[in-house]
Amino acid sequence: MTATTAPPPRSGAAHARTDRAEPAGRRRSPVTWVRGGGLSTLVFLLPLLLIFGLFSWFPIVRAVIMSFQETNLVSDPTFVGLDNFRQVLADPILWKAVKNTLYFAFLALLFGYPIPLVAAVLMREVRRAKGLYSALAYLPVVVPPVVALLLWKFFYNASPTGVFNTILGWVGLGPYPWLQDASWAMPSLVLAATWAGAGGTIIIYLAALTSVPPELYDAAEVDGAGLWRKIWHVTLPQLRGVLFITLILQVIGTAQVFLEPYLFTGGGPNNATVTVLLLIYRYAFQNSLGGDYGAATALSLMLAAFLAVFSLIYFRLTRSWSTS
Amino acid sequence: MTLSPTDNPSEIGVVAGDAAGTAGAAATGAGLEPDDTSRRAAAASRSRRAADGRRLRARRRKALDGVEDRAALSEADWRRPSVRWGMGSTHVLLLVVLVVAGLGPMILLAKFAVTPTQDILRTPMAVFPNGIAWENLDKAWNDVQISRYFLNTIWLALGSWVSQIVVATTGGYALSVLRPRYGKVVQALVLSTMFVPAVVLLVPLYLTILDPPLLGQSLINSFWAVWLPAGASAFNVLLVQRFFDSLPREVFEAARVDGAGPYRLFWSIVLPMSKPIIGVVSVFAVIAAWKDFLWPLLVLKDPAIQPLSVRLPSIEATTDLGVFLASLAISTIIPVALFLVFQRLFLQGAGLGGAVKG
Repeated sequence: MTATTAPPPRSGAAHARTDRAEPAGRRRSPVTWVRGGGLSTLVFLLPLLLIFGLFSWFPIVRAVIMSFQETNLVSDPTFVGLDNFRQVLADPILWKAVKNTLYFAFLALLFGYPIPLVAAVLMREVRRAKGLYSALAYLPVVVPPVVALLLWKFFYNASPTGVFNTILGWVGLGPYPWLQDASWAMPSLVLAATWAGAGGTIIIYLAALTSVPPELYDAAEVDGAGLWRKIWHVTLPQLRGVLFITLILQVIGTAQVFLEPYLFTGGGPNNATVTVLLLIYRYAFQNSLGGDYGAATALSLMLAAFLAVFSLIYFRLTRSWSTS
Repeated sequence: MTLSPTDNPSEIGVVAGDAAGTAGAAATGAGLEPDDTSRRAAAASRSRRAADGRRLRARRRKALDGVEDRAALSEADWRRPSVRWGMGSTHVLLLVVLVVAGLGPMILLAKFAVTPTQDILRTPMAVFPNGIAWENLDKAWNDVQISRYFLNTIWLALGSWVSQIVVATTGGYALSVLRPRYGKVVQALVLSTMFVPAVVLLVPLYLTILDPPLLGQSLINSFWAVWLPAGASAFNVLLVQRFFDSLPREVFEAARVDGAGPYRLFWSIVLPMSKPIIGVVSVFAVIAAWKDFLWPLLVLKDPAIQPLSVRLPSIEATTDLGVFLASLAISTIIPVALFLVFQRLFLQGAGLGGAVKG
């Protein structure tokens, strides 16, 4: 560490910075660099630099380059300008996929956004066996998604003896077509996704709820506020920061939905559940003519750019209401 | 943002032990003020003063705990019959919903795993009309070779765990404790990857694995193809680095004065002090590896080395339904068992995840 070349080490965290800055004034040769601990610092950083360099930074840069190239694994890639983007934008399935993804995101917000909030606010008031509530809520999150979705697929069996149809049959409902029908398929997907994801959001809200200062509730009571007004005027405003965050995270997550349509329907029936990510996957890995990597990266970059712009606007708009 | 959990991650460990005690103390807190509204405020302030010390302690602990003095309903509210009955029955209802939604599918899966296929198809909700088919489990484990895929999954999870821990702890140590001058740049580069959606990486990362620079040999069909990219988790680095930032600098200085070099400092001081955060990162690493589907599907083409998540969808069509559901049940056991054992760690980590992302 730099402390060995610098004057005798001073204690305290505040000095770490000044210690570090000191050798800058002096002429640095490789020898003093090694003596100063520069080498061992680099050794510690090496795993991070190698792993991130190879498997994160390099591929990100490569994605940008590839989107302007015609890449197949046989001949050298050639630059084709904006052809990939043009080709993707001209694909009629793309618009279907965009529509489906938006529909999925909309339904996921409709089902998945209020439920965890209501559950968390109620769970916060629980006085006995709190742990049991959170454990039950979080249990679906630890089930591997593939297992959960395959299980739900079996539950969704459209015959009258399917699990859900049997249960609904007890109260005289159904049988419903679930995944078989184009208009039923997407809500069924979202229902399974919500089941798998709600627990995580509940726990995030619970953590946020514990940091609501109790004095605020005390003060509201002194002012004569009842339960609903306390929730409306204290709990929700205190949660708004985390509510904004979970909303944007959910939008970003649902924009990249893949597993549900891939496992449940493969994009069917009649492309009713093709999503953008499923389309990217099809371009790159399910193409009978060999992977169209250029088109796949072009589409993924467009999706990323859309999400970036969306988040930026979102944070601009919500900044004035947000706590941070 | 108002979330406090990340402010002081060093409390993760402290928190674990005494949650039950705090809960009890909180429940009996706040005195015995009568229901009279005019005296309530005064009584509350009295009891507040009395509870000050405890509250301070409780607040210090509460961060990741879900346990705190009070929520929207006060002691006095709870003493009112309407609240008691209304909220009480709401909570019972909530518990029923949670049991049905959270536990229900798991119980059904366990039941189907040992139900004969004919019964599953004809009367899925009847309770063992024609006996129990234990052979489903046996067939799944041996004939469908779930045992092999199970082992593959464990290997993948272990390797990903090692790679994530190594990258996050060494990188976090260098950035937080050693602080080289170029550290800020590295840190910015690491953080910037958090803003790139995973989908952007999919194709170029696949091509990188197909023909990696430096290595000169394709990693397709090798566990390394999953292990190495798993290490590139900015979230882990951030989590560990923030934890290291919160460790007392005086300890490091003292160790240096005593002649400890950077390696010794890392191994004998920083790592032993970091068990809580390593626990959180570990649990998430193992669970994430167990859940991963798309990436292993792309890079592990050989069925013999594929993990459960990749194999299960491909055996679905060709496997007897009862045996298939038994396979699903077996695949769920480890993550659920890990969750039950390390419940607190999971729930803290989940709350922490939200806080850090925020």
